[in-house]
Amino acid sequence: MSGEGFALELRGITKRFGATAALNDASLAVRSGSLHMLLGENGAGKTTFLNIATGNLQPDTGAILLNGQPVVWRHRADALAAGLSAVYQHFSLVPAMTVAENVALAGPRLGAKYNRREAEDTVRRIANNAGLDLDPAAMVGDLSVAAQQRAEIVKAIARNAPVLMLDEPTAVLSPPDAAQLLRWLRGFVSSGRTVVVITHRIREAMGYGDEVTVLRRGQTALSAPISSTSEQEVVAAILGATDTRPLAFARQHSTAVRQTLRTSVLALHAASVIDAGGARRLRTTSLEVRGGEVVGVAGVEGAGQYQLLRLLAGRISPTSGRVTLPPSVGFVPEDRHRDALIADFSLVENMALRGIEARRGVMPWAHVALQVQSAITAFDVRGGDVRSTASALSGGNQQKFVLARELADAPQALVVENPTRGLDVRASQEILTRVRDSAAAGSAVVMYSSDINELLATADRVVVCFAGEVYETTLDSDAIGRAMVGVR
Amino acid sequence: MSLLRRLSAGVAPAFVVLAAIAVVALVMMVTGFDPVAAAQAAVRGAVGSEFALFSATLKRTTPLLMLGLAVAVAFRAGVLNIGADGQFLAGAAAACAFGLAVGDAAGRSVLLGALAVGILAGALWAGVAAWLKRRFNVMEVVSTLLLNFVALNLVGFLVRGPLQEPTGAYPASATLLSAARLPLLLDGQRLHVGFVFSVGLAIATWWFFRSTAAGFQIRVTGASRTVAASAGRLDVDGVQMWSLVASGAIAGLAGACEVTGVTYALYEGLSPGYGYTAIATALLGGLNPLGIIMSAALFGALGAGADAMQRDAGVPAEFATVVTALVVLGVLAVPGVMKNWARITGRGEQ
Repeated sequence: MSGEGFALELRGITKRFGATAALNDASLAVRSGSLHMLLGENGAGKTTFLNIATGNLQPDTGAILLNGQPVVWRHRADALAAGLSAVYQHFSLVPAMTVAENVALAGPRLGAKYNRREAEDTVRRIANNAGLDLDPAAMVGDLSVAAQQRAEIVKAIARNAPVLMLDEPTAVLSPPDAAQLLRWLRGFVSSGRTVVVITHRIREAMGYGDEVTVLRRGQTALSAPISSTSEQEVVAAILGATDTRPLAFARQHSTAVRQTLRTSVLALHAASVIDAGGARRLRTTSLEVRGGEVVGVAGVEGAGQYQLLRLLAGRISPTSGRVTLPPSVGFVPEDRHRDALIADFSLVENMALRGIEARRGVMPWAHVALQVQSAITAFDVRGGDVRSTASALSGGNQQKFVLARELADAPQALVVENPTRGLDVRASQEILTRVRDSAAAGSAVVMYSSDINELLATADRVVVCFAGEVYETTLDSDAIGRAMVGVR
Repeated sequence: MSLLRRLSAGVAPAFVVLAAIAVVALVMMVTGFDPVAAAQAAVRGAVGSEFALFSATLKRTTPLLMLGLAVAVAFRAGVLNIGADGQFLAGAAAACAFGLAVGDAAGRSVLLGALAVGILAGALWAGVAAWLKRRFNVMEVVSTLLLNFVALNLVGFLVRGPLQEPTGAYPASATLLSAARLPLLLDGQRLHVGFVFSVGLAIATWWFFRSTAAGFQIRVTGASRTVAASAGRLDVDGVQMWSLVASGAIAGLAGACEVTGVTYALYEGLSPGYGYTAIATALLGGLNPLGIIMSAALFGALGAGADAMQRDAGVPAEFATVVTALVVLGVLAVPGVMKNWARITGRGEQ
């Protein structure tokens, strides 16, 4: 809030993709030295805005001003050279290089001799200051999604740009990590830099931001200092006047159903997992999930929940011990693009992925097309029909489609991993409602979420992974938060 | 977007081929050859007469089509089979050995036996690489490529040793008896029944990928191993292993057809790099079996034209090899170019 002028302004931006306007006369004004929060539903135009600000896309109409001067970006490099650094949702890292090499690659001194020690020290220093746990010598391809996100952030910071834009930086971070990053960004702006953070998490925006801009259907719905607005006002701006449903997920336990279904459906019996690199990811663990209940799973990155969920989904086998699986388990992995959907395959082909290992003979494409049709109807998947490719759908609709696919044959168990990652409030609620409905219908449900409030709102009981061990805790955010960092 | 895709599927390959020919024509001019005379000779040699069409172009199209399909089956599964040439030679050697051993004692069934043995030998040859990949994680690009040289030397040994013709004067096998030969399609032309097999195989492969569960499993594995193993529970290593074996089987059939349909004998120069041209064929055809019919015919014509160009216009046939190489580079660059173009014009995905 120190600076008087605007570091970055987007004025009257319109951008069309074919018939649809992603942005329609939208504006954004970011004060120098402020932490600016950009909110909006999926498809509201936030990412398009970022892409226009950083030269990835050209606006149809409108102007970009940097420190009050009109600028035209022909290419992303123009914006970078002018001091605009960005972290995109889809990472731009070289998997076969180390974190330090990736950071050096993006740095200004390309062409100079690469000094490994210096590069690694730089990464370590930035990572420590920003509270981002990162091994500079690790190969990027071996990192988890969250660690790759941290590497992207460090890379952007290392450019030392006066304006930093981050698209959903906290979506895959654990709550303590997200809080530390935001705290660090506060310090970063107090040194005169300017930061724009795109987020879905209203609490983050209200808690850490200086100013907020809300986009709704391609237009600026609200632009105000955080101090002079309220959570209700922001929510109303995000959802629009017609929809003022309460944000908190309404917990509707159908106790009648759950009392009748108490049989164990999914179970681990003293199962442990040692990965290909010889690291013990999951220590001897026993867990029972009964039909009709939702077991929440919490844990910071790499605490063993990845392996726990894949054991329960039948995607990996235990190194020792046993797993009891029902005939059919639905599985919604966290990374849609890597694990759940093939972007340039049709929805029909993507639907047929479930159970593909058991298919023989001729593919029943006509039948699968009908399944797609009913999934689209039942789960209100918008933006595509049976002929569309998966890439035609927005993130939220892709996730609804994946969930619909996994629930199409009414599986006895459902395993979901951060199912609302990158989704807006409305889509998140829909997904969580579906997850609960599935339990209410008798499925044994296991859900991992990096958002404790989401777990509290959805789960009947919660287990926490810490350093490969699994504990059950009480349904209490303090207890869960402490267990996640190993304090019991 | 769909229009763009159709453009890149249909027009772009044609454009790439024309551009490659234009570049080579320029090089001819610079190096003192007459591109017009060369082109005239090439066109005459490829499609200028019935003989050119059937006995040169389509005769060459047959192995290219089968090998292109073999390459496509592996590539579709995400397995880079660079060894179609070696699998072709293995199939040819086995078919020839079988045909010579049985002679005409068993009547026409010797031909079927020879083709079956050729398929088996190609599958086994690729199977070595498939097993190495599965068991020891050996990259198939390296193993299949190196096995080409093993196959070539094996053929060299056979035609100087166990399979050498009775006089011992030439490094070649004895000639197959007519019982072991594929029937010719037309009187006075070299085109044989194998051409019909190859087109039939292309249509069958197209149907296989479009309609069968196994074809779908291969496509999914090639598109994304992680999705195949996570959204489905496919054994992706198994799918890739069997795809490579199937690829080798098709290449082996191609070799068997060549030896029983064209040369009637085994010798070292049996394949003028068919297995490598097949990679260009498969890529230019977009890994789509129906597209590969077109690209195989094109490369068949290019090969026939190159021979005529050298014979009639005195222009080295190597210029045609350069066209092939440029086509591969061009085809590989097209998706990137299209994507950039889509991004710049804002017609890509958001």
